Amino acid sequence: MTVTRTNGTFCLLVKQRVDHVQGVPGRGGETELMTKSELIARLAEQNPHLYMRDIERIVTTIFDEISDALAEGNRVELRGFGAFSVKSRDARVGRNPRTGEAVQVDAKTVPYFKTGKLLRERLNGGVDSED
Amino acid sequence: MTKTITRADLSEAVYQEVGLSRNESADLVELVLEEISAALERGEPVKISSFGSFAVRHKTERVGRNPKTGEEVPILPRRVLVFRPSHVLKDHINRTHVPRA
Repeated sequence: MTVTRTNGTFCLLVKQRVDHVQGVPGRGGETELMTKSELIARLAEQNPHLYMRDIERIVTTIFDEISDALAEGNRVELRGFGAFSVKSRDARVGRNPRTGEAVQVDAKTVPYFKTGKLLRERLNGGVDSED
Repeated sequence: MTKTITRADLSEAVYQEVGLSRNESADLVELVLEEISAALERGEPVKISSFGSFAVRHKTERVGRNPKTGEEVPILPRRVLVFRPSHVLKDHINRTHVPRA
């Protein structure tokens, strides 16, 4: 009981501070960061005939599919947007930057994203920086 | 053998999962990508929890070299997109795909 109330108050305080810092009252539609929930809210606004619940499932499905494909070692190519793939990294001896101590880093597979040509152009006012 | 997943596969997954028509599923996949692209074009980072975040970085002009001719060429200032995978995604990939000795 006491714990819940303390948590509630804490959250409220944090939220107010964030709103104050960004100068955006209310639901924060103007914040300079698009989160998954904001993306869902925007899509819901444009598709009033769909349930919010379904839009949430659509967005979740898309990113789950991409994640699962990468986990299987597959590539995801979305023309105009970009391509996701995985790259293998060999095991190496790394160093703790604070102590200088050598540590063994295991081989691993990392996700990689390459921006698509069209998006690259859109970011640079229609000019492709790689041409 | 690695496969390449495309928009069509994402649309099919949405169709199976949500029960909209195939056409509408395809439109929504496109709309999701468009909303993300538009936010990035405005310079807003996009953060998809448990997947990763996309952010726009500004690069200043620097001098590059044509690797073939050795000729110096200016690399103009530009905006580039960087993707930072979340820990959830990195762990998911390594749990199933790590090359084990």
